[in-house]
Amino acid sequence: MRVPAQLILGAGLSVVFLAVALLSLVWVPQDVTTLSIADRLQPPSDLHWLGTDHFGRDVLSMLMVGARISIAVALLAVGIGIAVGVPLGLWAAAKRGSWVDEVIMRGNDLIFAFPSLVIAILITAVFGPSAVNAIIAIGIFNIPVFARVTRGGALSLWTLDYILAARVAGKKAFRISLEHILPNIANLLIVQGTIQFSLGILAEAGLSYVGLGAQPPTPSWGRMLAEAQTLIYTAPRLAILPGLAIVFMVLGLNLMGDGLRDLLDPRLRRAAR
Amino acid sequence: MLRFALTRFVSLTLSLIAASLVIFLVIEVIPGDPAAYMLGLNATPEAVTALRDTLGLNGTLAERYLNWAGGLLRGDFGQSYSYRVPVAELVFERLWVSLPLAIYALALSTLIAFPVGLIAAARRGGVTDYGIMGVTQLGIAVPNFWFAMLLVLVFAINLRWFSAGGFPGWQDGLLPGFKALTLPAVALALPQASILARVMRSALIETLGQDYIRTARAKGLSQRQALTRHALRNALIPVLTIIGLQFSFLIAGAIIIENVFFLPGLGRLIFQGITQRDLIVVESVVMLLVFAVISVTFLVDIAYAAVDPRLRRR
Repeated sequence: MRVPAQLILGAGLSVVFLAVALLSLVWVPQDVTTLSIADRLQPPSDLHWLGTDHFGRDVLSMLMVGARISIAVALLAVGIGIAVGVPLGLWAAAKRGSWVDEVIMRGNDLIFAFPSLVIAILITAVFGPSAVNAIIAIGIFNIPVFARVTRGGALSLWTLDYILAARVAGKKAFRISLEHILPNIANLLIVQGTIQFSLGILAEAGLSYVGLGAQPPTPSWGRMLAEAQTLIYTAPRLAILPGLAIVFMVLGLNLMGDGLRDLLDPRLRRAAR
Repeated sequence: MLRFALTRFVSLTLSLIAASLVIFLVIEVIPGDPAAYMLGLNATPEAVTALRDTLGLNGTLAERYLNWAGGLLRGDFGQSYSYRVPVAELVFERLWVSLPLAIYALALSTLIAFPVGLIAAARRGGVTDYGIMGVTQLGIAVPNFWFAMLLVLVFAINLRWFSAGGFPGWQDGLLPGFKALTLPAVALALPQASILARVMRSALIETLGQDYIRTARAKGLSQRQALTRHALRNALIPVLTIIGLQFSFLIAGAIIIENVFFLPGLGRLIFQGITQRDLIVVESVVMLLVFAVISVTFLVDIAYAAVDPRLRRR
């Protein structure tokens, strides 16, 4: 089996960002919470590789911690989507055509009508902004996506002979879903998980840009961009760097998702290319 | 067709009722006492009671919901607490910014995506195709609010072709208004166009592999004729689906983009509502946005059935 080039490129990019995020847990070049007005808006130098922002904070260090926040929020949101959406999808497929299926699918449609930003706005209007609320908002948005993918994949499997054999052998729908359906739709879920991960990074950036995500002093890519906007005349560098970080992270995940789909599901290869 | 439209309409109504219940529950029930929440910690009990009266919070939950929902149906969105004017007035004013922006962006993205997708599909596997796929891959990865900032940097600050933000209104004619909306619309349209072009391309390639295309080619049609006369029309179904699905992303994008360009639209209104704890404004504007998403889904469903009779049976 040939590994697609875009998978290698995408996985490479993603691993770099993940490594930087993990590194930021134990080491960053400079502390990101101490402000030093004397060092404000410094150009790149030996001490500050990417310069400093309007509070004199080291931009490279902020980008590193920002990577960690972005990845954590998007990953946890995918986790919520999988933890709730996949069981719902399996249940709907097992009870296909019944009222359970109908209720689950109509519930999905209902959540689909709320863009993730609107969910975040609702949550924030009542509970105030925080990274946790961003995770919940993006997570809720992910639920119907995973429920649909799971149900769709499971429905086509339920018609196959080996599932019939399992039923004849006396296995209940719950065990069949767990032992035969789930492992066979794992590929679909991995690909969808990668896509939702990348959408989550974009959504987190958007939410923190408008102030609905991680709160100061925690650095986040979106808020770095929001703060840079007023300084765009004097220090365009501050507006460009966090954006590039977001683009390369998302690009890496998208390429990885496309590559994984090609690798794991040859049937999709023709249509996707 | 009529029966199909009616069933879809019933399900549209049910979705709207369910969505309004969710929004009502989150905004008016979860905070406990919305009046106390809106006034903050330092409010006197008298002020809270007075606000409860003005907001009509003294009835049972069912009464309050029916009051609110009934008001929405009549176009009465309640009274804004922070602006002291009817919310409907605020919304109507801002709709004249948000709606043209959304339509402008949608039109731009369709105008870009259709030819680009068509060219990529026609030149499948060639250098042009690879170039287009690379650029669109990048377009999907770029956050639209960052792209907006780059546009400001280039076209407003360096070239001075456009202003960096603000909206002059429509009273001075259409041109200044459209000019102010151009950079925001381009920023919104970029990711949309990238996704749409990719969908267009793969839908075309899919249909080009069908038997009727081979028949058309055997009849003597050129590749281009087969593409434009037969493949294009059949590829429109998946493209239409994506336009419908993308609408909710367009709305979310517009809310953020309005903040980048300081446009006085619904997005700005909603954030002002949040910072001023004006729950009535947030509640009504969110309901309006969700109403827009659900209605577009409904219209897309109807459009499908009109285009493809096979889909009416579902």
